[in-house]
Formats: sequence, structure tokens, C-alpha cells
Amino acid sequence: MLGEGILKGLGETAKNFAGSFVSKERMTTVQYPEERIAPIENTRDFPFLVYDGDDKLAGMRCVACQICEKECPPKCIYIVKSTDKKPDFVGKMQIYPARFDIDISVCMSCQICVEVCPFEAIKMDTEFELSTTDRFGGLLYDREQLAKSNEHYHKIHPTEATEVDARLAEEKSKAEAKAKAAAEAAAAKAASAPPAPAAPAAKVAPAKEPGA
Amino acid sequence: VSSSSSFWTNLDQVFVLLQHWIAGLFPQWLQPAVATILAVIGIVAAFPGIFALTTVLERKGLGRMQKRLGPNRVGPLGILQPVADGIKSLTKEDIVPLSADAVVHFLAPVLLVVAVFLGYAVLPVGRNMVLMNMDAGLLFFFAIGASTELSIFMAGWSSRNKYSLLGAMRAVAQMISYEVPLLLSSVVAVMITGSLSTVKIVEAQSGFTGIFPHWYVFTPWGFAGFVLFVIAALAETNRSPFDLPEGESEIVAGYFTEYSGFKFALFFLGEYLGMLSIAGFAITLFLGGWGAPFSFLEIVPSWAWFFAKLFAAIFFFIWLRGTLPRLRQDQLMNFAWKFMLPMSLLNLLVAGAWRFLGDGWSKWIICSAVLLLAYVLLGRVLMRKQHLGARSYRYAD
Repeated sequence: MLGEGILKGLGETAKNFAGSFVSKERMTTVQYPEERIAPIENTRDFPFLVYDGDDKLAGMRCVACQICEKECPPKCIYIVKSTDKKPDFVGKMQIYPARFDIDISVCMSCQICVEVCPFEAIKMDTEFELSTTDRFGGLLYDREQLAKSNEHYHKIHPTEATEVDARLAEEKSKAEAKAKAAAEAAAAKAASAPPAPAAPAAKVAPAKEPGA
Repeated sequence: VSSSSSFWTNLDQVFVLLQHWIAGLFPQWLQPAVATILAVIGIVAAFPGIFALTTVLERKGLGRMQKRLGPNRVGPLGILQPVADGIKSLTKEDIVPLSADAVVHFLAPVLLVVAVFLGYAVLPVGRNMVLMNMDAGLLFFFAIGASTELSIFMAGWSSRNKYSLLGAMRAVAQMISYEVPLLLSSVVAVMITGSLSTVKIVEAQSGFTGIFPHWYVFTPWGFAGFVLFVIAALAETNRSPFDLPEGESEIVAGYFTEYSGFKFALFFLGEYLGMLSIAGFAITLFLGGWGAPFSFLEIVPSWAWFFAKLFAAIFFFIWLRGTLPRLRQDQLMNFAWKFMLPMSLLNLLVAGAWRFLGDGWSKWIICSAVLLLAYVLLGRVLMRKQHLGARSYRYAD
């Protein structure tokens, strides 16, 4: 009959109205600045640079390979390579970023930089209250601002960070085993044939040396 | 007992007594003018105050219906939101389009508010509380109410904007269509009362049978008239679900697209005052005006009853707005001409029959049956599926 649907609809909204005073499920609003809900684990917004240990620059995993800079769709990453080298987590000498800037006003949070990074050096952060009164300088983050500890990474993405740590530990032990084997082989060779020159292949570093 | 009853009588008449006392401070020849000005001040202060309260209640009520909180930042529970809104609209830039007709563009909101305020002159808000007890009060109200269409069309035309003009066209088409059932549905109350005076219409409903009042809404023709009146009133005030003239998703804001700052606020005010006044007339015509709903509650002041009923009506309007989606233009017109008009015409006949069917119970059965039958049949016709078929094009195919 005419009007039946209207009455049904009125009943529904009346239920919502009355229910909002008594039931939590009917009032889903979170009073944001005062009340907060913890972000879910897969939350992501802008990238940050992971460092190990206490020193931001010494422990920075980034080796300034510039893959992320090249892959970044909106081109918001700017990297300047260092002229000297520092040891990475394995102990190998690596180039590091003399400058690493991300313009988060340009960044579109696509996570491509994270996916392409071979060094687990760049990850997604969950910090979202980034408003600033300076829309140029204030939104251009340098490496100091971008560097965040591995502990922070563990805090925001525990599962992912544990996987990354396991992978890095495996890599490290592999590299150590390889170095040990190479050292042993070199020692054995030296013992068996004193005049033979040491194999340069034992060192992996030159292969990854960025082309000048 | 007598002292307490005189206290309640005084409370009932407190505003009237206050008006007389203040007017008494002036010389004899000035007193009528002063009394009138005081009443006007009362109206001009009270109803915009209710408007301010309505805006925040509406936003909060709609929020609750949509499972959110609504405004809650300005003042306790967000109750000072209208103050913030008022300051905002006062300080905003007043933009008049370059090609607009500046004079008409300026006059439109002013005319709307003035016309709407004039309607309150004949609205009895309590016992002895009416600015002007006009013999043709209802006629005056409808005549004034019709002139809001003029201001809306002025706004739409002078803005020189396609959306404004479309909105104004829609508004005029809608308001003229619904003016007919609005008038016809209120005529039943005039027929039974035998007077166009709003005061007399309220007085005619002020009796009680047992504890129940003689409101017109409790009769078959009164109930039908009330429902028709409320539907037409919604359309007349451009309220949801009849808010096509300002359908945001289609034509930006309709006729007030080109209004900003305080002129926009005036339109907003005019619209809500129109809603309040038409709700006040629905109360006057069918809900016993300032009369108490039960005989033992008559001790409560009459104006308190009027405003309580007004807030109930406002709540109902908000409730409808939170429930119903906007109609399509053809649905709107079909509803007006194929349902509202026949029903309100039939209701006139039923009211006439009620008058001449005597005092027995038979008139209740006959009148209810006729109206119910017409409702069901007309509803069937209105809800009949239209087989429109596939759209065909002359040139594009």
C-alpha cells in the first residue's frame, strides 16, 4: 500500500536515533583528537629510512643505489651519493646517501620505493599528523627527519619487521660463512701452493660498486 | 486554591500582562502602537531564536539518525554552533555576480524574510497571544505565503546563473502545484469552524470529551486534511523529500547558488521561518493550536503547549528529512496532481457530509470508509508500474 515504505523507513531512522543514545554499535564515531583507535598493522602513509643501532647516519641501511629514486612515479625522492664509504650491516664498505630528500607533499604513498629496495632500507611509516604551516620547506623531509630506528619499524609493523630481520640475519650469516670459507680456502691454498695469487672473487663488493 | 489558580492564569497570560504593563508606561495615544511594536519584537525575537535552535537540533538529530554525533565542538554539546555560524556568515564576503541584476539580487532575500515574518501576524501562539486577530487570517497567511515564490524567482532570475534559474523554475513549479492541495486541505477546518479567523479555529477545537480534546485531527476528515496539509507544507517549504529546487547533487544549491555571506543566511532564515510558520498553522488548523492535549493538563500555560507542539513538528520534519530520499521531478508532479489534489477535493466532500450526517456514529464509519477507500485506490493508481520501454533516438541510432 502507498506509504508503507515510508513508515518502514521512519521506523529504521527512529531506531538509529534512539539507539544512538544507548548502544555503542549504533554510534561508531571516534572523537578523533581526544579519542584515537590504534592503526591496523598494514597502515601505511609515507616512507622512512630504517637504521640499525643508535646512530642515525652510521646505522642507515640505505646505500644510495637510487633505485627508489628512479622508480618513484611522482619523482618525490632526491638522492645525492656520498664520495666516501661506510661499513654496512655486514661490515662491507658501501656508499651512503649524502642527501636523501622526500617531498611528502608530492609522495602518493604507493609503496613502490619499498617494494623495489633490495636493502630493506626504506619502509612505510604510519605517522599521519604531518600538517605544517610551511608548505614548501616543512613538507620536504631530509635524511635526518626520514631516519627512524629498526625498533620503530618493529613497533609499527611487527610481523613485517620480524621477517625482514630474519632475512637480514640469514644474509649476514651467509656472508660471514662465505667470507670464512673464502678465508679458509685462501689459507689452504696458501698452505698448499705458496706462489699462487689469492682469488679476488671472494669479495662480492666490487660487483655492487655503483658505476661512476 | 484560588491563589494558585490565579498564579497559573497569570503564568498563562504572563506575556500579555507584560505587554500591557510596558504599554501602560506610555501616554494613552501611544499605547496601541507600543503594544503592537512589543508584540512584533516578541515575534521577531522568538522565532529566529527557535530557528537558531532548530539548525543545531536538526544537524544533531540527522547525525544521530545517520549514526554520527553531529556538531559538538562549539559550546557544551555544540549548542553554540548557531552563534559560530552567524558570526561566520556575517564576516564572509558578500559576492554579487558581475552580470547579476544587483538590485533584484539584493531584494530577493529581504523580501523572502519580510514575507515570511508577515505570516506570523495571524498565528495564535497562546491564549490572547496573536498580533492581529484578522477575520480573514488564514487567507492573509496564504496570500503572504504565496509571495515567497516571487522572491525565490527573483533570486533565481537575477543571479544570471543556469543553476539558479533551474532551481527557481523547479521551486515555482513545485510551490504552485502544492499550493492547491495546501489550500484545499486547510479549507476543511474553515468549513467546520465557519470562520477564516485563526483565533476562532483554535477556539472551536478547545473543548474536551472526557479527557480528550476536540482537535480536528481526531476526525476522519481532519486526519486526512492534516496529513495532506503536512505533505503539502513540506513541498511548500522545499523540505526533504521535496527539496528539488536546491538539489545539491544536481543544481549546486538551486536558486541561492549565487548567494554568499549574510544574504545566504537570510535565505536560510527565511526558509526555516517559513517551515516554522507553516508548522504553526498546521498546529492551529488541526492540532488544537495552543490547546492542551488532555483536559487535566490545561493548567500548563497555553503558549507552552503551542511551542511544545511546534518542536514536535520540527522534530517530525527532521525525522522525515533523515529518512526520505529526494523525489524525481515527474514523481513530484504526479503526486501533486494525481494524488494530493483528488484526495483534498474528496476531503472537502467528506467534511461537508460530516457536517450534515448528524450526531450518530454512522458519520464516523461512512467518512472513514470513503477516505480509506479513496486512499487505497489512488495509491494503487499512483504506484502502478509504468512500462516506459527502451529509450529510442531519432538521429543517434
